[in-house]
Amino acid sequence: MSAVSDAVRITAPGNPVSRSIRDSLIVAKRNLIRMSRIPEVVIFGLIQPIMFVVLFTYVFGGSMKIDGSTSAEGYKNFLMAGIFAQTVTFATASSGAGIADDMHKGLIDRFRSLPMARGAVLTGRTLADLVQTALTLLILAVVALLVGWRVGTFHDTNAGRVLAAFGLLLLLGYAFTWIGALIGLTVRTPEAATSGGLVWLFPVTFLSGAFVDTSNMTPWLRHIAEWNPFSATVQAARVLFGNPGQSHSTAWPMEHPVWASLIYSVLIVVVFRTLAVRKYRSATA
Amino acid sequence: MPGAIYAEGLVKTFGDVRALDGVDLDVPEGTVLGLLGPNGAGKTTTVRCLTTLLRPDRGKAVVAGVDVLKHPDTVRRSIGLSGQFAAVDEYLTGRENLQMVGQLYQMKAKAAKQRAADLLEQFNLADAADRPAKTYSGGMRRRLDLAAALVVSPPVMFMDEPTTGLDPRNRQQLWEVIKQLVSGGTTLLLTTQYLEEADHLAHDIAVVDHGRVIAKGTSDQLKARTGGERVEVVVHERAHIADAAEVLRGFGKGETTVEEHTRKLTVPVTGGAKLLAEVIRELDTRGIEMDDIGLRRPTLDDVFLSLTGHMAEAADQDEANGKEAVK
Ligand SMILES: Nc1ncnc2c1ncn2[C@@H]1O[C@H](COP(=O)(O)OP(=O)(O)OP(=O)(O)O)[C@@H](O)[C@H]1O
Ligand SMILES: [Mg+2]
Repeated sequence: MSAVSDAVRITAPGNPVSRSIRDSLIVAKRNLIRMSRIPEVVIFGLIQPIMFVVLFTYVFGGSMKIDGSTSAEGYKNFLMAGIFAQTVTFATASSGAGIADDMHKGLIDRFRSLPMARGAVLTGRTLADLVQTALTLLILAVVALLVGWRVGTFHDTNAGRVLAAFGLLLLLGYAFTWIGALIGLTVRTPEAATSGGLVWLFPVTFLSGAFVDTSNMTPWLRHIAEWNPFSATVQAARVLFGNPGQSHSTAWPMEHPVWASLIYSVLIVVVFRTLAVRKYRSATA
Repeated sequence: MPGAIYAEGLVKTFGDVRALDGVDLDVPEGTVLGLLGPNGAGKTTTVRCLTTLLRPDRGKAVVAGVDVLKHPDTVRRSIGLSGQFAAVDEYLTGRENLQMVGQLYQMKAKAAKQRAADLLEQFNLADAADRPAKTYSGGMRRRLDLAAALVVSPPVMFMDEPTTGLDPRNRQQLWEVIKQLVSGGTTLLLTTQYLEEADHLAHDIAVVDHGRVIAKGTSDQLKARTGGERVEVVVHERAHIADAAEVLRGFGKGETTVEEHTRKLTVPVTGGAKLLAEVIRELDTRGIEMDDIGLRRPTLDDVFLSLTGHMAEAADQDEANGKEAVK
């Protein structure tokens, strides 16, 4: 029983920034270990987007008009940017459910009684979700290539631009996990966080240029779709991939999709991180 | 100067439930306070307010010399907490759980690893150390949670029902750990449903009910308040109950209570062992055979029941049930 007396005293806090990074990484590692022990979650997370790739390609392909033609080939190459973008936003549900689960199981109480950096529990979770999203996206890209998706089919592109597209997609996914974090802290049960994280994603992702050409929408819907932050990333990815069906709208986010995507995502992170961290500090399980 | 844990007039309401209704506490440095009280009395809420997890609506709290409401971040550097429900990550192994907590206490990875190994050994979890906590039994989880609270030795510890669900051996061992901690200068606030535990570990006891501290003092002081000693007899045959009751009335300083089904009679007395001997002699003379006889001092259970009045409630309940049966 000598271990008690061997116990170390708590050290004084160091540099807040490096401490915040360190604490976040410790929590991220914990969440990644968890995810690796429940691979079902990652696998089921893959099924839906893969189904979308296959269904949209074979069912809708051939009847959708992209750049004035209804070739199945054209729709396939148009579609992938949209599916990729939709897939990264599903991380919202995962991060929300994870945080709600931690609240539910009392782990948040444990963390909140420790002398950790204040945003670290949430940042750690969102970082782990980012890793998971990257993995999902990688597998999805392989599936997309298998069904015949190619970059540079509409105009030239290069490896750097393709990587930049994936970067913007991941940033969008990361931004949405902060929305998920806030939802998870608010609803408190993992089930509610999952459905609460998903329901509003459908209108957001469908009211966009992800799956259809926005120019065929009624004007008011078209305006919403063109200013939808989600559409900006879809358009940016399409442009960077050199895929067809890019919007010719004169709406600012459609003309400057890369900037729009960056600005929107960073803005979402800033706003929702602030709200979530505040909520975390006052959260009671 | 206030003690290591100090609370004054803590009030916390949840909707229309007044969980805390003015809790006052003062725990001197290096001592153990046992917080007793019936379910829903406000013990956990008190602990949560003092450990920065919950913001009281009103009142003042100072832990390790720091105002809890004004500087919660500073307080967190001086406290350890084991909550009422084990807070461990089910998918992490016991070792990973402890290492993570150590690192979040700003320990270096290597030190955290060593510390985790020591604690797993100490809490009899070495064999299960590398299994996910999901596979642990209830008592094992509880121990892991306690180990997590002890990763560093903070000057002030809070343990909410630490031994609930532990088997007798592990409970004894935890008691040893606690005693060692306290002898090293740690101040501890402990809630418990095991009054024996409070008797054993706590320097002072506070009884809470309906969100208020209704009594405090040492275990002896509280017992003295509840009343003096009693003689308790269990007669061998039911037929002898009336006879025995008559004898006890002769020696007693109050009403004799009789439990028919256990053949147990109890009477308050003064006079200690000498009187007990006389009672035995008299019962013997009358040929009343006894299964058991003894001098009983009030236990903390008696204190608890008399203070929180649940004995009375239980009696009312029995009476009501009895009437039902008669109908
Ligand atoms: N988050 C909450 N929301 C609503 N009511 C709550 C909440 N937490 C506690 N309460 C209420 O506050 C009162 C005190 O609860 P508390 O958990 O402090 O009791 P306790 O003394 O720890 O009981 P036990 O011995 O059962 O653990 C109870 O009536 C409980 O229902
Ligand atoms: Mg409790």
